[in-house]
Amino acid sequence: MAYYLTKRTIWSAVSLFGLVVFVFFMARLTGSPVDLYLPIDAPESLRADFERIHGFDLPLWQQFVGFLGGLLTFDFGESLRQGLPALDLVLQAMPTTLLLALYSIGTALVVAIVTGALAAWKPNSIFDRIATVLSLLGASLPNFWVAIVGVLIFSVTLRWVPTSGTGSAAQWVLPVLVLAIRPAGLLVQVARSSMISALSSAYVKTAQAKGAAPARIIFIHALRNAMLPVITVAGDQAAGIINGAVIVETIFGFPGVGKLLIDSIMFRDFAVVQAGVMVTAVAIFVLNFSIDIVYAVLDPRTRGQ
Amino acid sequence: MSETLLEVSNLSVEFRSSRGITKAVQNVSWSVARGETLAILGESGSGKSVSANAVMGLIDSPPGHITSGTAMYRGRDLLKLSRSQRRDINGKSISMIFQDPLAHLNPVYPIGWQIEEVLRIHGASASEARSRAIELLEHVKLPNARERLRDYPHQFSGGQRQRIMIAMAVALRPDLLIADEPTTALDVTVQARILELMKDLQRESGMGMVLITHDLGVVAQIADRVVVMKDGKIVETGPVTEVFKDPSHPYTRQLLDAVPGQEPFRHVEQKREVLVEGKKLVKEYILSSNPFKRNAATVTRALDEVSFKLHAGETLGIVGESGSGKTTLARTLLRLTEPTSGEIAYKGGNVFSLKGGDLRDFRRKLQVVFQDPTASLNPRMSIFEIVSEPWAIHPGVLPREKWRAEVEDLLVQVGLRAEHADRYPHQFSGGQRQRIAIARALALRPEIILCDEAVSALDVSVQAQVIALLKDLQKKHGLAFIFIAHDLPLVRDFADRVMVMCKGKLVEEGTTEEIFSNPQDPYTVELIAASPHHDPDAHARYGTA
Repeated sequence: MAYYLTKRTIWSAVSLFGLVVFVFFMARLTGSPVDLYLPIDAPESLRADFERIHGFDLPLWQQFVGFLGGLLTFDFGESLRQGLPALDLVLQAMPTTLLLALYSIGTALVVAIVTGALAAWKPNSIFDRIATVLSLLGASLPNFWVAIVGVLIFSVTLRWVPTSGTGSAAQWVLPVLVLAIRPAGLLVQVARSSMISALSSAYVKTAQAKGAAPARIIFIHALRNAMLPVITVAGDQAAGIINGAVIVETIFGFPGVGKLLIDSIMFRDFAVVQAGVMVTAVAIFVLNFSIDIVYAVLDPRTRGQ
Repeated sequence: MSETLLEVSNLSVEFRSSRGITKAVQNVSWSVARGETLAILGESGSGKSVSANAVMGLIDSPPGHITSGTAMYRGRDLLKLSRSQRRDINGKSISMIFQDPLAHLNPVYPIGWQIEEVLRIHGASASEARSRAIELLEHVKLPNARERLRDYPHQFSGGQRQRIMIAMAVALRPDLLIADEPTTALDVTVQARILELMKDLQRESGMGMVLITHDLGVVAQIADRVVVMKDGKIVETGPVTEVFKDPSHPYTRQLLDAVPGQEPFRHVEQKREVLVEGKKLVKEYILSSNPFKRNAATVTRALDEVSFKLHAGETLGIVGESGSGKTTLARTLLRLTEPTSGEIAYKGGNVFSLKGGDLRDFRRKLQVVFQDPTASLNPRMSIFEIVSEPWAIHPGVLPREKWRAEVEDLLVQVGLRAEHADRYPHQFSGGQRQRIAIARALALRPEIILCDEAVSALDVSVQAQVIALLKDLQKKHGLAFIFIAHDLPLVRDFADRVMVMCKGKLVEEGTTEEIFSNPQDPYTVELIAASPHHDPDAHARYGTA
């Protein structure tokens, strides 16, 4: 296991490096920030000064070497827009996004496992049919529509929760629920089908022959075996939110990484884009790493491989 | 006669689906007494497992429906109990073990936990359950029982897993143990020990046993009475000695005749040309992916300096138990894997240095039939496409306009009909699918056909038919066969010469008659002795009811 994890870390570092190199050059293909930060009629000398101050006048390879040098000390440079270190901006936004992902996926998992297990116990029952229809609906509704309709009903009309911001707990309710709907819909489907196959497995027959009660068969024998595909898909969905729940963050005015990244791309704030991509990539790497560990805990057959 | 434990009367079970009603068992009656072993014998689809599953309440409804009958146990009808009353009996008074113990043990819990579970469900405390679990594992002779409680099912061998299942089943000293094909996937030597263990446990506790099996040898070895089933009905019932010596129903007669190992040894012709020769083949597998941890413990030798010769037109039998290296040898011969060292000579050249056209030519001359015809035939291809595909890969063997006629001819040769060419694999039975695989192997007019456990998955009567077909084709086309099998009687009937393999090594080689009449190596002796014989008198009886 230790060997496997070390190997995994080294490979991830290699791909992370490839990723930042790619982002560095791709960002610069969008054009020079000068055009965006200075007035259209700014004199040529002012434009040259701007480029010199921020180092955009150097040949690309020199900029790149400087960028790599900065990487070694975790220095991604300063934000053009806010004049603050780029990494600090990203690290400020990260916890909001991570919490958003954690709460949404957590909610989705709880809903999916309970619903999926109950639906699988009696396939084609009324409960199963309702669960299937609702989960399909959940998996196919577009986020932005649910968010806007949610705001209209629960914030504007009923006034149960605030429309935006992150100060109070109530402000988290709507964004978390909106983000949880799609993963929940998907995960109910996955949990249901993997529970159905677990419940028809040979070891469940053994449990019946031992005289085990239905609750024991569902929650102790089948569920743990059925969790593996659910965890895989949940990890995927969590990675999607960490990568930037841009639409939801924008609608609810949530200062998360998604919103920060989009704004920075719009303004050619290269340093922030690079720092943002790097940090989210590390977060996703840590997430995948944790999923491997969860796998090893749930299924002894994956240990020591 | 001691007291009757369980009496099943007039049981009928049907499975209803959108495609219609399948009557799985019809008016089946049997009973088992304390200390007695009743065998329910039948081929696949005979419904032999259904009545036992009904007794255990393991029939899923829907689609299963019990339409008539009773199963009386201690004055109560098991088929009319509530679910919770049922659960009190399952695992405690009546318990069951199954084929394929790996699938029937939960992969994510330690085996100790799984044995303790049955004790805890029926009221034992955690500490009682723990100490009893150790006792039980020692009782079923699992080595290092105490240390292995926390290990998981995948860390045990097949035989050990079945011992664990048995420990679980006898944990609460049940009145009755139902065993559904308990030794079917196991090696013969392991099978012999498991059957012996079951018989020992029965002698100690006086429990009744119901043994469901397709294997006449196993029935002869441990059962007192036998029920023979065919198509959901009982065709014959009685004491094993009587039924096997003097069967009253033609189906029983047919089953007994189909049992392999009853034919005279094949006569071996001398001085034939050597077709293929393997020289000191070695295949090593590295078990650890960590390059810093490679040593003798992490390298395993699947083939250890194995040499062999195959002559034109002969059948070379290769026998061995799981892990003996027989399948690795087959894969090496087919060039599906490269050996670590050694070579295979074919017509003077080394097979492993063949390239391009020469390699294609070699592949054409050596064809293969695999064990599982369901897996080895593409379900989305018609039989015509399956059988003609080799000609698409080897252009020049047969012009396209002749494919249709040739496929039809091949199908007739293997005992199918010409119009079967337009059907798909799922429309055929297991034996018919294997015939299709044989037709495909014949398509390229090979010199050698390699059969890797090619009849192992088939019912006894179908096995006999397929072997007869292979012999017939051998006579007609002068084919050489490499016949890999774990079933010794089959090899005895079909092979001219036999190689016995064990743990990657060739332990003994000789003509079939030499190997079976006068085995030299102790391993061969053990293998032949362990192979169950369908004549009840051939077994040392363990005591009768």
